Amino acid sequence: MSEGPLDPEQKRLDAQEQQVLESTGGEPGGYAPSVAARMAVLQRAGGIVMPVVTTVFAFAMAMIVIAATGHNPFRAFQGIFDGTGLNWLFPWVTGDERVEAAYNLQQTLVVTTALILTGFAVSFAFKCGLFNIGGQGQYLVGAFASMWVGTSWASMSSGLHIFIAVALAAVAGAAWAAISGFLKATVGVHEVISTIMLNWVAVWVTQALVGQGGQLQNSTDKSVPVSADIVQKAHLPVFWGDPVLQGLHVGFFIALGAPLVYWLILNRTTLGYEVRATGFNPEAARYGGVNVKRSYVLAMAISGMFAGLAGAMDILGWQFRLGVLDIQVSSIGFIGIAVALLGRNSAIGVPFAALLFGALLQGTSTRNPAIQDVIKPELAGNLTLIIQGLVLLFVGADLLFLWIWRLRTKIRRTPAAPAAQPGAAAR
Amino acid sequence: MTEPPVLELRGITKQFPGVLANDHVDLDVAAGEVHALLGENGAGKSTLMNILYGLYHPDSGEILLRGTKTSFSSAKDAIQSGIGMVHQHFMLIPVMTVAENIVLAEEPTYAGVMLDIGEARARVRELSDRYGLAVDPNARIQDITVAQQQRVEILKALYRGAEILVLDEPTAVLTPQEAKELFAIIAGLKEQGKSIIFITHKLHEVLEVADRITVLRRGKRIDTVPREGATEESLARMMVGREVLLRVEKGPAKPGETLLEVSDLHVFDDRGLEKVRGVSFSVRAGEIVAIAGVDGNGQTELIDALTGLLRPASGTVTVAGKRAHQGSTAREMLDLGIGHIPEDRQRRGLVLEFSIAENIALHDYCFEPASTAGWMYPKRLIMRAAQLIKDFDVRGGGPKTPSGALSGGNQQKVVVAREVARNPKVLIAAQPTRGLDVGAIEYVHRRLVAERDEGRAVLLVSLELEEVLSLADRILVIFEGQIVGEYGPDVSEEELGIAMTGGRRKEAAAA
Repeated sequence: MSEGPLDPEQKRLDAQEQQVLESTGGEPGGYAPSVAARMAVLQRAGGIVMPVVTTVFAFAMAMIVIAATGHNPFRAFQGIFDGTGLNWLFPWVTGDERVEAAYNLQQTLVVTTALILTGFAVSFAFKCGLFNIGGQGQYLVGAFASMWVGTSWASMSSGLHIFIAVALAAVAGAAWAAISGFLKATVGVHEVISTIMLNWVAVWVTQALVGQGGQLQNSTDKSVPVSADIVQKAHLPVFWGDPVLQGLHVGFFIALGAPLVYWLILNRTTLGYEVRATGFNPEAARYGGVNVKRSYVLAMAISGMFAGLAGAMDILGWQFRLGVLDIQVSSIGFIGIAVALLGRNSAIGVPFAALLFGALLQGTSTRNPAIQDVIKPELAGNLTLIIQGLVLLFVGADLLFLWIWRLRTKIRRTPAAPAAQPGAAAR
Repeated sequence: MTEPPVLELRGITKQFPGVLANDHVDLDVAAGEVHALLGENGAGKSTLMNILYGLYHPDSGEILLRGTKTSFSSAKDAIQSGIGMVHQHFMLIPVMTVAENIVLAEEPTYAGVMLDIGEARARVRELSDRYGLAVDPNARIQDITVAQQQRVEILKALYRGAEILVLDEPTAVLTPQEAKELFAIIAGLKEQGKSIIFITHKLHEVLEVADRITVLRRGKRIDTVPREGATEESLARMMVGREVLLRVEKGPAKPGETLLEVSDLHVFDDRGLEKVRGVSFSVRAGEIVAIAGVDGNGQTELIDALTGLLRPASGTVTVAGKRAHQGSTAREMLDLGIGHIPEDRQRRGLVLEFSIAENIALHDYCFEPASTAGWMYPKRLIMRAAQLIKDFDVRGGGPKTPSGALSGGNQQKVVVAREVARNPKVLIAAQPTRGLDVGAIEYVHRRLVAERDEGRAVLLVSLELEEVLSLADRILVIFEGQIVGEYGPDVSEEELGIAMTGGRRKEAAAA
């Protein structure tokens, strides 16, 4: 029997203790939080505290890595920060520097747009107790669908064309993810397995279709394995920056609206109620009359819808075509997992986590000259992966933080106890 | 007492923010004594025992072992000082054998590395012979009964040299027969000079096994009394602080039309075993029909089939004249007018992370007024919950409190409130008072009788004979998936006990 402070027995006792204490309170205000309750409060407050702490830790570790390779970590981070364009927010940044910053910030927000959506793709499934690893596949299917619509029907009016391309991408992502939900509901295939496998199906099928000799490869240069360009009218309008230099497109507003949609579905619809009940306790949900299988399918479908939308934003917003190379290097869907974890699946947390990862991707990009003065560009790109990995590691380690926190209170309590004893003996 | 007591707790005080869990509690236990610690849920029994077991540090007060002051900083210290604890939920490894579980963490070894399983078995045999705790050292935990698992836990504590054994609600998981056997084991341990602290809230058990009884209420020790002269009534008064009605007051049943009709029902469990084998019975409006039986004789499967959670293989269920079709879902059975207080409120009855308001909407979230066309109105849920919290006297939180933060009794009140407020024709109550304290039991019992008098058909499934006898208007005994007898409310406990273990089965079949 382990006596570690985190062993399940201790947690059970704490939970019991909490019940016990709270039932004592017939009188008003008789609420006594136990260790478990206080931990829960911290965890709830940790909705902000923990992600911030984990991020700070990850950055600190990354600085050690940079220092170990013989570079100045502070200058490196200064470079990364300038590369994200977030210095645009400072009023003292002016002139050419400001133009540069604006351009960088547009890039950061373009990436953030897709990350917010793939983040919610993972979060929504989490709320139903499902781990959707398939964001990448759903993103690709969505990207493919919007590319297909965008390259067809050249004569259609702009607004309708964009609407159909976006809607079809959402539907395609939803359908793709729903396969996993359906397999889980009917034959009990674990969603982690099926979503990972469907990722590969999506990767190879889209590559085959736009690659050399594929049905949807461009007709102008058969040596280049990319799709045709989508028609100009299907481009998402750019509202900030130069459309030629990948300015910020209106898809950003869709990403900004996503948290509201996410929150409303979960907290204001019977579907969201069913999804949450299923996620917390499928047995109680079934007893309550919830169709648990339907919840699984619909939760996956809505997850996939978010990821599919992300695909449409990237294709219609700045890529304008789908290439084999893009498919191979893209990891927006996977970073969505990190975004969801860091953002605690919350409507507010996910966009901020997406901004962090979007900024990191942009700030350490090989295109960022500011950082190339400090570190080799090859290393700079890896820095994102390092920080990303560390953030994930620490997100999973919040139990460790709680343990340390508890240890601290324990240490504080132990010396206090002997001091109390003489008093007790004197009585 | 000339000899110092084996264990003495003096002035133990433990303050949690807002509540004094233990307020200068004194307790002394003599060698070879069975000392019962009696109190409602929340009286501070668990806190006190966790302090004794080294899991909490008291704010003040001291622990004396054989007259010497000691302090434990972890359970390991407590175990080394000869304190053993048998928790309500066992901590055994199902795939390992009895002997392996008992010696775990202190295994006899060859050369310090290889487990000497022969030696382990021999030691376990020796222990089980000495204390009369019959178990097969080679059996796997997953294959033995709960009562046997409990013996393994006791043996484990003895193996580690426990002189003082703390048994936390040990009979909660046992049948009446198994409880009797446990009491015999306790008597044996006592003869060997072991001290036993017996935590419970069941009064008749206390009077059966304890030498002395300490009653706690709201963190304070109310009194320590010898068994002689104590009565259930006097103990209940000390526990609750007021007079408690131990027997349920109820008028004669006025049965009306048949509301639940079950005919030749056959149900298989997930493992493909036929657990309900041709059960037929009916429940009329205004009567409580109890199904009595030893746990595992098909009660769970019967309820699951009646509530749409398990698909029956054959047979029919008719609710208020409407026949449920084969394979009706939980939703369809709810809509036919079945209310269900489930056996396990934490696993099934409540989503603990949900607020009280959300839990109260668990069946009706998809109907007006909770929602319109898929759109939920949280304010309406909260208003409804606030009303029910008032009507059903749920304490410890408001509509937005997570139900996991409530005490067991108040959680059950939430479940009862939800099921009753739906106005069901048939109310199925499965083990409705399991794990509840005296006050809450009294409440649930009165409520069930009130619902009967409202004209509902109440089907009570319980393992507690006392509960069955005090509530039921008719009693059906289930044994190995069949109804083996029907009795009136004045049947004796002995007669029921015999029928529950299959004694009367042949006669019933012949009749």
